[in-house]
Amino acid sequence: MKLFSSSRVSRFSFASVPERVGWGLLAAALLLYPLVLSGPFYRDIGVTFLLAAISASAWNIVGGYAGQVSVGHSMFFGLGAYTPLLFYTLWGWPPLAGLPVAVLLSIGLALVIGQPTFRLTGHYFSMATIAVAELIRIFTGTWDLVGAAIGLQGPATARSLWDLTFRSELPYYYMFLAVLALLLATTAVVERRRFGFYLRAIKASERAAKSLGVPVRQTKMQALALSAAFTSVTGSLYVIKTGFIDPDSGFGILISVQMVIVAALGGAGTLLGPLMGALILVPLQTTTNSWFGGGGSGLTYILYGGIIVLIARFVPGGLFELWHRVAPHFRTRAHAA
Amino acid sequence: MVVVQVIVGGLLLGAIYALFSSGLTLIWGMMNFINFAHGEFVMLGMYVALLVVVWLGGGPAVFGIVAACGLFVLGVGIYLSLIRHVIRGPMLAQILSTFGLALFVRYTAFFIFSANFVSLPQTSLAGTVKIAGIFLPVAQLVAGAVAIFLTLSLHMLLTHTAIGSRLLAVAEDRAAAMLMGIRPDRMQALAWGLSAGAAGIAGALMATAYPWSPSVGETFGLIAFVVVALGGFGSVLGSLYAGLIIGLIQAVSAFWLGAIYKDIVVYSLFVALLWLRPQGLMGKV
Repeated sequence: MKLFSSSRVSRFSFASVPERVGWGLLAAALLLYPLVLSGPFYRDIGVTFLLAAISASAWNIVGGYAGQVSVGHSMFFGLGAYTPLLFYTLWGWPPLAGLPVAVLLSIGLALVIGQPTFRLTGHYFSMATIAVAELIRIFTGTWDLVGAAIGLQGPATARSLWDLTFRSELPYYYMFLAVLALLLATTAVVERRRFGFYLRAIKASERAAKSLGVPVRQTKMQALALSAAFTSVTGSLYVIKTGFIDPDSGFGILISVQMVIVAALGGAGTLLGPLMGALILVPLQTTTNSWFGGGGSGLTYILYGGIIVLIARFVPGGLFELWHRVAPHFRTRAHAA
Repeated sequence: MVVVQVIVGGLLLGAIYALFSSGLTLIWGMMNFINFAHGEFVMLGMYVALLVVVWLGGGPAVFGIVAACGLFVLGVGIYLSLIRHVIRGPMLAQILSTFGLALFVRYTAFFIFSANFVSLPQTSLAGTVKIAGIFLPVAQLVAGAVAIFLTLSLHMLLTHTAIGSRLLAVAEDRAAAMLMGIRPDRMQALAWGLSAGAAGIAGALMATAYPWSPSVGETFGLIAFVVVALGGFGSVLGSLYAGLIIGLIQAVSAFWLGAIYKDIVVYSLFVALLWLRPQGLMGKV
């Protein structure tokens, strides 16, 4: 007998009518948002929101579901960002052509990095991932081929449609939304497959999972590779839109930290947690930036820091946990009334 | 002669690394917890020194003590208000708590003090001495010597006093210590105070000899990880040796390879260490 028979598992999928309605509403809201709120300010928030949601959802696969808290995911983001611009600088390829290469490179990097770091657990793993990402960041800053400390630039004006250089934010918005949809669909499939159960078993107790026959090492590697692939796509999307990357905006520790915060705020290890986190943090960040001008970015991180401490202290499971804690009260009240 | 100068300079800086890293290793040994904000405590110690000099006009002895006491109180406060609660929570919450703290402290410092490098106005430790043919700034020499003395004092406090025995008892077995009439919460609060205090005074010592900006916290935090990984998680004596070694490696690689490569060498060493010898030089398996 299989440990997790697929027929029993599939019954969970989109079973309830309210759930289907919820998904429909969410999809409609995301599709219509830039058409309804069409000002450049709102569209900019929308695009930033999608990027944050994609990178946090990608981190979520290994950091949330498998509980391996990587604080070095910027290495995959940076690789995804640098590769397209490097190919453009060297051979004049459109940045989009670099994306699949970056994905392959990131999977390769994940397999190389995972080998030593997955021997470590808990805090040790987090520390090792920070160190590797910092190592790559410093090294990139000294490497002339990739622009050293100055970084790389993409095509300033579109040479053809393939450069994907648009004046309007709208094409970017729908491009990013499609990637987010693909990522969420992948995560939803993973959640219901045996692989997803393995991941959660590893998170709950690695030793117990191993003793029940879960191929722990292999599962972690696969999760990291999948997570790295999507994180590098985020990096590529980022440079296709901005056309610029340097060591700090590619490999900086704050890039990794943002993924962790966004996922943790909404709820790490839940399908929509990263989306919820991005929905709250991105408007907050954009607002503080526009209020305080140039000094706003520093203020954003003060705010970020404060929020993370409060999450860790009061709602370690994120907003989804809070919802599950609070929701039953409302339901019983509704029944009573 | 230049090489000797580089080596001595590296060892003196390494002594300060040893002092603040001993604080990190104490927390790790006591409660299996890594403080990602430890480097920020060092940075705060540096600014405390600056503020004391500018506002009160105190000398190195005054700002050293103020930094140690101030950070001690901060450490105890952070333990009681935050760490005590998250330590029972999931791994993600533990990591996030001190990470959030680090971001908060670092960017608040940026906000207040700006990103510019500052250094202390001239103190009573200005000038250089010539010892055996090499020139050394007095401030570096005094800071290094005091740092070694304090690290050894912390080691003696843990191994040769009653309060040290209580601290180690809680580290060994919390429940058994409780049955012996020790209050684990108080001991852990004390450990956090000592840890932050060590970082604070290390920062004040370093401020006498080196310029700094709010971003140094990140660098020192990573260096403290490397030192603790090399010296063994939980071993104060191990972090003394490891601190000196890391200071030496940094100085020598900066001298031979160039200043940018000193961090590359140190972080590579760190990854290799975690991989090959997670228990460190002096640590238990």
